[in-house]
Amino acid sequence: MMESPSRFALTPEKSREAVIQFSDVRIGFAEGEILRGVSFSAQPKETLVLLGETGSGKTLTLKIAAGLLRPDSGTVDVLGERVSQMSERELLALRRKAGFVFQEGALFDSLTVGENVAYRLHEDHVNEEEIEPRVREVLEFVELGHTQKLLPSELSGGMRRRVSIARAVVNRPPIVFYDSPTAGLDPITSQTIITLILRLRDVYGVTALLATQRLQDGFALANFHFDSATRRVRRDTKPEKPSAAVTRFLVLRDGRIYFEGSPEELLAANDPYLQRFLI
Amino acid sequence: MAETPLQDTQPQAGSPETPSVVEVLVDAAKTNIQKVQEYSKLSFRSLANLATSPRYMQDTLAQMDDIGVGSLPIVLLSGFFIGAVMVLQTGAQFERFGQSSLTGDVVAIALVRELGPSITGLLVAGRCASGIASELGSMLVTEQVDAMRAMGTDPSRKLVSPRVLATLITLPLLTTISVFVGLVGGMVASVFSLRLDATAFWERAIAVLQFSDVMQGLSKSVVFGFILATVGCYQGLNVRGGTQGVGRATTQAVVVSSVLIIVADTFLTKIALFFADKVF
Ligand SMILES: Nc1ncnc2c1ncn2[C@@H]1O[C@H](COP(=O)(O)OP(=O)(O)OP(=O)(O)O)[C@@H](O)[C@H]1O
Ligand SMILES: [Mg+2]
Repeated sequence: MMESPSRFALTPEKSREAVIQFSDVRIGFAEGEILRGVSFSAQPKETLVLLGETGSGKTLTLKIAAGLLRPDSGTVDVLGERVSQMSERELLALRRKAGFVFQEGALFDSLTVGENVAYRLHEDHVNEEEIEPRVREVLEFVELGHTQKLLPSELSGGMRRRVSIARAVVNRPPIVFYDSPTAGLDPITSQTIITLILRLRDVYGVTALLATQRLQDGFALANFHFDSATRRVRRDTKPEKPSAAVTRFLVLRDGRIYFEGSPEELLAANDPYLQRFLI
Repeated sequence: MAETPLQDTQPQAGSPETPSVVEVLVDAAKTNIQKVQEYSKLSFRSLANLATSPRYMQDTLAQMDDIGVGSLPIVLLSGFFIGAVMVLQTGAQFERFGQSSLTGDVVAIALVRELGPSITGLLVAGRCASGIASELGSMLVTEQVDAMRAMGTDPSRKLVSPRVLATLITLPLLTTISVFVGLVGGMVASVFSLRLDATAFWERAIAVLQFSDVMQGLSKSVVFGFILATVGCYQGLNVRGGTQGVGRATTQAVVVSSVLIIVADTFLTKIALFFADKVF
């Protein structure tokens, strides 16, 4: 499994066009090294599901990818730019092309939901007349149109998570980082959020890096697609996969990529550690 | 104390990890030097940011409202009573020599040069350095600062510069108001306790003031404003350890900015007196 080259193993040619590319990334803190040589890459429109136990470094990986943290060594390239060596100033420009959904939401708690979502449009100097309809549209998209005037503290946890997604995607970034978007939510709300991510992928074609502790999330993304014609989420039919999107799994363990491959490969893997995830 | 399994954190005498005194001191010096360096960087950036866009004028205005207008009540109240108490304290001394009309001179000079800027600086530090530190600290621990960075906003532009600029503008204004109200307070006190003529007090107080005194007072208030805003921002953006850390940073912001204001006051007084002779 680990040794056998996966179906999506990278040829050098492919990796050149990768949207996100990690090579031998390491980061550590006083307690020790957390990421010890992480390498992977994401192709355009691909969804990478980053699985790992709590504390395995998923959040760190995402923050490094977004340039919010600097790796101790190794290189990170996003959209062809070397994030791991850019100055904060250059990073600010690049980050406008990526959305980040924080594990805890990280909504601006003194701004209303509408202002939170509009924040990025104001930053990008979008026309004032254009902002309001776009905010309404994206809030409708996450089915929270009625909450525009409320403060984040007046929402439930699941609603906050959805506002956070709305805020991250309001300017239609080509890349979205989702940090444990379903952590601590009930199965039904989790499903709503995964559906949302599915729709974003299938409607806008975003490349996504999704950290999660729940394997179901990954399988839902792999096996369902959003049908724009009927506006419904449907199970993929086996013969032809309607969505061009590819879902791949990465499993982080002890600071390294322990497994990389498609959902089928993960299911077929006869590895005691991965089996524990499947339960 | 009874031996319990929980007592496993007893320091082991002579264990190889025990650092030497020199090591501890060197470490402490290193961290402190690093802090000063980071603080200087933040202070410099807060001003340098103003030279280029984006500038966040809306946030600056909001901060001016919060820091300036919000501090008005305490500045007015304390200014009035400080002027009054100055008259009561000095008036009694002058009365012994039958020179109670000199009270106005002393109170005016003391308020304009020294008490106005420093008391206003300390009061606003107590109110706003703490406010800034706790606000930015809470934003930091709830990842709102990271969220800003993730959306392409430079926190030093969005959060630090508006607060520094707003304080730089409003503190001299507050100081001016405080001095004026202090003189009014002094006048009231001298009329009622020293039986002085109100106009006489006022005329003497204004006549004794020179341009250099006003410059000294205003330049002090600009420096104090810069200190309290940058220290507040620095403490807030360097919170370690969650909510408790925010509390610590808030306290630290007030303590450090107050001490720095008093220390800076001494040096500024020396410099101002030097220039008063040479320039004005
Ligand atoms: N700023 C930091 N300082 C010190 N240690 C840190 C810091 N950030 C993360 N760590 C450590 O790195 C490890 C990985 O953290 P990370 O947040 O990436 O975990 P995670 O995989 O996202 O976990 P979870 O599923 O619970 O969110 C943890 O053990 C944590 O203690
Ligand atoms: Mg995490």
